[in-house]
Amino acid sequence: MTASIATAAASVVPCWSCKGPVAARALFCSVCGAVQGPGTIDHFSRLGLQPTFDIDLDLLEKQYFGFQRRLHPDRFAAKSAKERALSQSQATALNEAYETLKDPLKRAAYVLDLKGHKVDLTACGTINDPQLLMEQMEKREAIADADSVETITKLSAEADTEVIACQCHISAAINAGELDEAVHLTIRLKYLAKLAEEARTKKTRMTRALR
Amino acid sequence: MSDDGLVLLQLHEPGETPVPHQDEAGLAVGIDLGTTNSVVAFSFDTEVEVLKDENGKALIPSVVHYKDDGSVVVGREAREAILESPDHVVSSIKRLMGRGLEDVKSLAGTLPYEVEVPPEGGMVRLRVAGRTLTPVAISAHILMAIKDRAEQSMLGKAVTRAVITVPAYFDDAARTATKDAARLADIEVLRLVNEPTAAALAYGLDNSVEGLYAVYDLGGGTFDISILKMEKGVFQVKATGGDAVLGGDDIDHAVAEHFLAQRQAGAAITAGEVKQALMTARVAKECLTGRQSGEWMIELDGIASRHSLTRDELEKLAAPFVDRTIDICRGVVEDAGIDVSDIQGVVLVGGSTRMPLVRKRVAEFFGLEPLSNINPDEVVAVGAALQAEALTRGSDTLLLDVTPLSLGIETMGGIVEKVIPRNTPIPVAMAQEFTTYQDGQTAMAIHVLQVEREMVDQCRSLARFVLRGIPPMAAGAARIRVTFQVDADGLLSVTAREQTTGHEARIEVKPSYGLSDDEITSMLKDSFTHASEDAFRRALREAQVEAQRLVEAVQSALKEDAHLLSMLEHAHVESCLTKLQSVLLGDDRRAIDAAMDALSKGTAEFAARRMNQSVQRALAGKKVEEI
Repeated sequence: MTASIATAAASVVPCWSCKGPVAARALFCSVCGAVQGPGTIDHFSRLGLQPTFDIDLDLLEKQYFGFQRRLHPDRFAAKSAKERALSQSQATALNEAYETLKDPLKRAAYVLDLKGHKVDLTACGTINDPQLLMEQMEKREAIADADSVETITKLSAEADTEVIACQCHISAAINAGELDEAVHLTIRLKYLAKLAEEARTKKTRMTRALR
Repeated sequence: MSDDGLVLLQLHEPGETPVPHQDEAGLAVGIDLGTTNSVVAFSFDTEVEVLKDENGKALIPSVVHYKDDGSVVVGREAREAILESPDHVVSSIKRLMGRGLEDVKSLAGTLPYEVEVPPEGGMVRLRVAGRTLTPVAISAHILMAIKDRAEQSMLGKAVTRAVITVPAYFDDAARTATKDAARLADIEVLRLVNEPTAAALAYGLDNSVEGLYAVYDLGGGTFDISILKMEKGVFQVKATGGDAVLGGDDIDHAVAEHFLAQRQAGAAITAGEVKQALMTARVAKECLTGRQSGEWMIELDGIASRHSLTRDELEKLAAPFVDRTIDICRGVVEDAGIDVSDIQGVVLVGGSTRMPLVRKRVAEFFGLEPLSNINPDEVVAVGAALQAEALTRGSDTLLLDVTPLSLGIETMGGIVEKVIPRNTPIPVAMAQEFTTYQDGQTAMAIHVLQVEREMVDQCRSLARFVLRGIPPMAAGAARIRVTFQVDADGLLSVTAREQTTGHEARIEVKPSYGLSDDEITSMLKDSFTHASEDAFRRALREAQVEAQRLVEAVQSALKEDAHLLSMLEHAHVESCLTKLQSVLLGDDRRAIDAAMDALSKGTAEFAARRMNQSVQRALAGKKVEEI
């Protein structure tokens, strides 16, 4: 009984404006209409999406725009200071959710984090996996050695393909519940994405020099 | 409709009830505060009117004439005074907003201003007609003239609020300086909107365009390029870039240098003569938009000289600047993660896009004939006016902008740690953890930077502050979380907190190129007499908005749950409500505060019962959403 009171009480919080009850995850108070704080919910719930790595990017954008339309500070420019501050927190939380879920690498790490498998994407430099290390060194060298637009274009296309393939493998691993493998692949994706970016930059530079 | 008692209900989304006393708050306009010219516009029901002077001119030259008798003249008249009394006239002040001496450009070794730098460094000051003025104060004079123009056009109605546009590439110091100038001019800034975004809004609403668009904005002193996705009223900036000190002014400089070299005058020239040469150069540049060649005269120190210039020669002088804009465009297209061919249209903004060379190079780069069916001088102000209306009267459009520059912190060894990368959607908050490097270290100096390169000395300093009160620990044990927050105006605030103890230490932020609050306060006191009245009025309005919100909240709660109160209790709440409503419209802030306090206290028990009721209902098996 005490536990259920606690649950019931936790799902309802007092509205800061009318002091009455409001659902903890509500954006607006159903009684007085005041905007509420962003609370601590996961990025998927915040944008009304299913928590999966395989998200529909068009739907993500649609949801993001929809929530921003209601919560962006521009909607509250003429409101009280408290409402302006809350809407800024809401919009900030929406931007964080959108930026995280939009990017496959950040999304993969986030999904794994939600499942209790932390991926440290900020750990710079050190690759513990000797195979990945060798592969990365060879490819980086190939990009550095590329001396024609044809070669770099080919390398850049290959790198892009590998990024996409790795994303597919991550998806498969997560869906199969092989989370350690998914963590491993996510770290691999980080390096592949960096490599693809390097190839693209060099390709742009070489193409520009030709003109 | 007859007046037989039929009541029309106005429907609002939750949380979107309009603010009371809209008219008393004054009209809201859109202001394009430009380097060379400024424009003001007003929108009603998305019909925009660009406000003109009695001669039908929309452009207000951003030029200020400080007369010997102490009076200040802004605009066309001031610009005409450049030739007679150049040392009393200031132009292109926008280029110095939030800037230091190293940013001021000289001509033939002479600056067009007499500048002074405060001993502790920071924003430059100008010596004009015996006065020492900050760029903020000079901009405030321009804004006051704009406000006057707007009030005259609006038949004397007070104009108190505005959306002011800034170059997308303006940094934090320049944005803060712009907001400070508005404060001095007694204008409440509803929002700082990026110029290209404002232009996109004007285009998007007018032509109902959809897809990816580029906005190429080359003004007198600044260059911006933004790539936006426009879709059903959403204007989402994908990437932005630019140069806060690249514009038509630079081309004028090149032409003036060219003319002065032809004169082969050995003697050093004065600041006033620099201004005259620049003015002649500008006239020549503008003439060559329609003509192939021409001849101009410069008279300095009693010696006149004739100078001929052809369009080809002008284009050779202008080419390096235009090339640079195209290079920046290329980088921004890359940042947006798109291909040039994905872009469906290019919008031209800014007077400098009238140059045939600019149009040609932009068309070549994007492979598209650029759009300029809205006057490039007015389109930014039109967008600003639309946004001012949207912010005060509500709207379905949504502007989603980004940070133009990466922001970071200097770490050990002069390395820069990025905290917020460029092109991150705003508002944004991001944090990074740092640690101490000495045993027992109790303070930490934090240097906030605008990141251009990897090394600190190649970045621009935004602020320095010291985090004190870190509990003494072994080196590396403290965890100091530094949070960067950029609001919807693009303004940065930084906070630091020691994590292991949860101790939030005091922070002193000293903007490197800004004015301190004390300086602003004393400027408000010194030169602008209504300032204290203004602060009072604003505080009163904020209290009124707050009180109105409380009244509505309590009324809604009563409508829902009045049955939880006894008749006596209900009567008490009602009387507190009536009391607050009676003082709400008055100008006694203390009475409003007291009545709000009484109402809050009077409804505390009511609120507790409402909470209790909801928990009971939840226990009875109802879903939270139904409560």
